[in-house]
Amino acid sequence: MAYDKFKVLKSSAVPLPIENVDTDQIIPARFLKATERKGFGDNLFRDWRYYPDNRPKEHFVLNNPIYSGKILVGGKNFGSGSSREHAAWAIYDYGFRCVVSSFFADIFRNNCLNIGVLPVQVSPPFLQRIFEEIEKNPKAELTIDLPSQTITIEATSEKEEFDINPYKKENMLNGYDDIDYLLNMKEEIEDFAGGLPL
Amino acid sequence: MSEQRTLFDKVWDAHVVRSISKGPDVLFIDRHLVHEVTSPVAFLGLKNRGAKVLYPERTFATADHNTPTINQHLPVKDPLSANQLKALEENAREHGIPYWGLGHQKNGIVHVIGPENGITLPGVTVVCGDSHTSTHGAFGAIAFGIGTSEVEMVLSTQCIMQPKPRKMRITIDGSLSRAVTPKDVALYIISQLSTSGATGYFVEYAGEVFRNMSMEGRMTVCNLSIEMGARGGMIAPDEKTFSYIKGREYTPKGEEWEKAMEYWKTLYSDSDAQFDKEIVFDGSAIEPMITYGTNPGMGIGISLGIPTAESLDGGVATYRKSLEYMDFKEGDAMLGKKIDFVFLGSCTNGRIEDFRAFAEVVKGRKKADHVTAWLVPGSHRVEEAIEKEGILDILHEAGFELREPGCSACLAMNDDKIPAGKYAVSTSNRNFEGRQGPGARTLLASPLVAAAAAVTGKVTDPRVLMELETA
Repeated sequence: MAYDKFKVLKSSAVPLPIENVDTDQIIPARFLKATERKGFGDNLFRDWRYYPDNRPKEHFVLNNPIYSGKILVGGKNFGSGSSREHAAWAIYDYGFRCVVSSFFADIFRNNCLNIGVLPVQVSPPFLQRIFEEIEKNPKAELTIDLPSQTITIEATSEKEEFDINPYKKENMLNGYDDIDYLLNMKEEIEDFAGGLPL
Repeated sequence: MSEQRTLFDKVWDAHVVRSISKGPDVLFIDRHLVHEVTSPVAFLGLKNRGAKVLYPERTFATADHNTPTINQHLPVKDPLSANQLKALEENAREHGIPYWGLGHQKNGIVHVIGPENGITLPGVTVVCGDSHTSTHGAFGAIAFGIGTSEVEMVLSTQCIMQPKPRKMRITIDGSLSRAVTPKDVALYIISQLSTSGATGYFVEYAGEVFRNMSMEGRMTVCNLSIEMGARGGMIAPDEKTFSYIKGREYTPKGEEWEKAMEYWKTLYSDSDAQFDKEIVFDGSAIEPMITYGTNPGMGIGISLGIPTAESLDGGVATYRKSLEYMDFKEGDAMLGKKIDFVFLGSCTNGRIEDFRAFAEVVKGRKKADHVTAWLVPGSHRVEEAIEKEGILDILHEAGFELREPGCSACLAMNDDKIPAGKYAVSTSNRNFEGRQGPGARTLLASPLVAAAAAVTGKVTDPRVLMELETA
């Protein structure tokens, strides 16, 4: 599925300074029963966000109106656990276009890149600085500049570069997905398959 | 190629269709396993593009995540689950993919039935929209979990685009003590490496401990590779591997078998092959393990106390949040903690060997009155073996029931949910908050520890019941 192009995103951010946020928290298994990709944002962080009777938990960050924005900032090892792409869909559907952390789980990172959510991995001290700035000012803005691969804390101009595979970067900048690329390789793939031992 | 290569290099390199400059490799996938939860949106994407499944004969579909574990002959009650199962059945039919739905003799958990039917072979690449696809690495395959966009990618092109991961080797020599199972070995490794310790790596397990392990045990270890962040784990194929796969339905036969064997025998890491990281543990240092927190890395030897926050490197707030969820205290002993549920099953421990182990402990004893035990075979084949080997009689005499196959309480997508606040000793793979039901508290352990808990109603060292000396 193609998605919106990603170039430069300037936005306030929602802080979630918890480590090892697993995809079961991002979207619990019982919400994976849809056969279409829609509405997952309503159940983003369902059990951290709502009591069992569906009342919002006041202390959870998504229920605190002082925090908003298109960037989610999480603790180390964000997105561990299940391969469910529904977790990335829920983040996208809720309105985030970027997740910042000091460390991402592999499959989650891939899933994000495949659907148009940019995972930005920063150093642990920089992550700490982001959390501190948001704590000081919940409207503190971050700028994610994909062409120059930098993330900036606007209030202080502190800046850090982040890594992204050049191929994936092109895809994000243009809103392409891998399947278009592979569909154009059909003959090459079939020739290759013919030479395999098993 | 004259350079020294690892097992992983050999299998990976043999499947690279094209290397994209400064980009990922286009990797050919030999076997694609499909289940009902992560595939419907992929099939929808295929339809929207007007694409077809390129190799239906390399694709295999089963129903497992959603399925009930009782009365499988009746219509599935949950309308959403029923809808997903129906979607898979229709998609499989439309694209000519073999489909083993509820009631089918080959039905079961995707990672149990792949090996059972000879779909999983040495040297192949296997993917599935499920992180525990790493299980199949036990056969010397490269196997890993993928997201739904990638499921669509593999359906339509039989390829995936992946940068080649780094390589790690975990070597464990020495012999395991009695009552120390492959599950304990895996939980021990994860507790030492943490849940992110192998992120970015593909792991090869090497050494005496893995060589001595059964194929079932190797599957358990490879299954849990993802829980330390690794994309997958693999073990070089050997005579044990070959004799396990021989004669299974999809295994090559006759001349094809001979040809395949020639190839399979080249699948090992060359003696001077380089790994990006090497880790060594001593097998004799491992004891039966149990988790106390909300990720699989929070595990300890069963006789130890819960670590204090002071002993950690960082992340104290997250650690305390985790213990609060479990309602455990730093320093608490795990032995003697009262439990409410026991779950034997899942793609980690739902194979015949796991039921044999469970039966070994419960034989001649009785289930504790206050414990609810869900014993769920990984497949119909496992279910049949449980009956045939007389294990079912042992279970019945001890007051246990056997349920029908499926993922069940591992991720609680069906009715098998641990109620909020209750404690479950579980042989599955994840103890995340709410994993086995909203508010459920999960202690991961081996089938032996699960059995000891089921008959005593509390966390118990199985070695005591097995009359083995404890440390």
